Amino acid sequence: MHPTTLRVWVLFFVLVAVALFFSTQIDRYLSPRLFTRISTSVSIIAIIAAGQAVVVLTRNIDLSVGSIVGCVAYFVGGFLVAFPETPPVLVPLMAMGVGACFGAFNGFLVSRFRLPSIIVTLATLAIFRSILVQSSDGASITTNLMPDWITEFARMNALVVSGFQIRWIVVLALVVFAAMHIFLTRFRAGRRFYAIGSNPDAAEFAGINVQRTVMQAFLISGALAGLAGFVFLSRFGNITVVAGLGFELKSVGAVVVGGVNIFGGSGSVIGVLLGATMIDLIDSSLVRWPLVSEFWRDAVLGMLILMAVAIDVLLTRRLSARRTKAKDGRSDPATDATADRAG
Amino acid sequence: MKVILDRLRSWEGFLLLVFVALFALNALASPYFLTVQNQINLFQLSIEKVIVAVIMTLVIINGEIDLSVASIMGLAASAFGWLFQSGVPVEAAIALVLLLGLACGAFNAFWIAWAGIPSLVVTLAMLIAYRGFARVLVEDRGITDFPEWFDALGQDPILGPFPLSMILFFVLVGVFWLILQWTAFGRKVYFIGSNRSVAEFSGIEVRSVKAWLFTMSGLISSLAGLLFAARVGAVRGDVALGFELDIITIVLLGGVSIFGGVGSITGTLLAILIVLNVRNGMALANITGHLQTGVLGILLILSVMVPTIQETANRLFRRFGSGRA
Repeated sequence: MHPTTLRVWVLFFVLVAVALFFSTQIDRYLSPRLFTRISTSVSIIAIIAAGQAVVVLTRNIDLSVGSIVGCVAYFVGGFLVAFPETPPVLVPLMAMGVGACFGAFNGFLVSRFRLPSIIVTLATLAIFRSILVQSSDGASITTNLMPDWITEFARMNALVVSGFQIRWIVVLALVVFAAMHIFLTRFRAGRRFYAIGSNPDAAEFAGINVQRTVMQAFLISGALAGLAGFVFLSRFGNITVVAGLGFELKSVGAVVVGGVNIFGGSGSVIGVLLGATMIDLIDSSLVRWPLVSEFWRDAVLGMLILMAVAIDVLLTRRLSARRTKAKDGRSDPATDATADRAG
Repeated sequence: MKVILDRLRSWEGFLLLVFVALFALNALASPYFLTVQNQINLFQLSIEKVIVAVIMTLVIINGEIDLSVASIMGLAASAFGWLFQSGVPVEAAIALVLLLGLACGAFNAFWIAWAGIPSLVVTLAMLIAYRGFARVLVEDRGITDFPEWFDALGQDPILGPFPLSMILFFVLVGVFWLILQWTAFGRKVYFIGSNRSVAEFSGIEVRSVKAWLFTMSGLISSLAGLLFAARVGAVRGDVALGFELDIITIVLLGGVSIFGGVGSITGTLLAILIVLNVRNGMALANITGHLQTGVLGILLILSVMVPTIQETANRLFRRFGSGRA
């Protein structure tokens, strides 16, 4: 089995184990309501994480997504207050467009000037947030100002199977993941993200335009954060200046726990979906777990990310050491040491 | 004369000019600006950040980054509040919190130096986790009513007009300047930052240098967290939230290269003075906190573009200076 596939299966079983563990701790835990609640709340973070995954594949990171979600939710909300007659189909497209503009700003700085993405997006995290604060002047968007369909959209079910309600926003998230999965595995443009992530020099020699590909990654991340901003607006209705705060860390967490290598080049969006679900499941279960206070959420999330990365690093090292050994046909301590460093 | 000109052409020289210009502008804008008390207040308001910026300079010169400093500050302040509320004597609580900071730094160092995971990833995860532990300790309460002498430690002058935190800052600046410029350890910090593999092959104990830096970073961050608790006289779970942005901005603005190997304490000191003056100027111009953070973000982007800007500036200098040379 391919290591990435193996990783996804392991994650799946860990997810089931976590759910089973909490079902022994919390009364009436495994229920259709749990499914509805988790699937609804995970859809926002999952959409963001799908975009984050593409950026991480290219050896970059986008810490500004939380601020993009907040900005887009606010601007789209404001637009709907001003023009309530806007056709509903246009609204998510507009959200993605606005998000892509923010992404383009990140992408331009990172790809054109070759600045480290962590620094650029740490800065734009602050800049975008202050744009939001400045333009809103501390005022917030409230549900009653907007057309009714926007808040109803988040509560509409696509289908109901014996109590399991599947909301339209969940369908939306699944469509995003299906599209991203096909794009990243079956299309040449998608494979480029893997190529420049696993070896930028080799990718450049192979004729891939690294700058343009990095730019595309940030555009996708911005657009999906924008889409998540639309879902956020629909789900919560009331938008304040703190909307989307902290989503960047959760999305990076989902990507890393989902098995995307933080040094780029490997991982699948299916894993990211499971990673996002895992984080959300733990997050919302800790609130209901009587033994432990809900304030453990961040501490658990941080340690979870560290463990996921540590396991990744150790596994990669073990694998590449074994590969070197298999290639040489003999065990040579010197090559093992090099493989160690390369991992 | 030529020596002075050469000095001025460096990034530090440029920073000095910017600082003098800002200082003059501020002095013209407000008659109260030039008073000693205002200058000290200016420092006091950001003293915790600038203290951490000093050790961050070494970490970034070494080619690493520590994103968890603000969370360690928050955890230290929260742990102090929690210990104080549980009835532990303040002196013992201070000692325990410093130990905790040392342990946090050592924990980072373990994963970075021993397990070989990039510091960016480790400290990003611990940025979340340490903040989480801070929230576990104080939940959503605020803790106040520390003994008077503890609050006084953060607020009252103890030597001339200087409060304890400023004296600590000057001592740290002096010590780390000496270490960086005049000791073998300091040269190793630069060497590892400019080329890690060459340093490894030259027999430099890269791991122990990195471990030492991250442990120190944890210790100093916890000290800064304690100073924050003393200055404000209250502790909450969100103490120092987001400070890492300001700290890293200061260090990078000071000419320290994010890729390692380049930078100096002098540069950081000048950058500190510039950022404090910019903040003061913005406050005088009635610009609010959130927008100030946005401006700092722009400064951060500009400061990582320093090498690009420097190159362009050098080319211009060469064009104008070619007649003399």
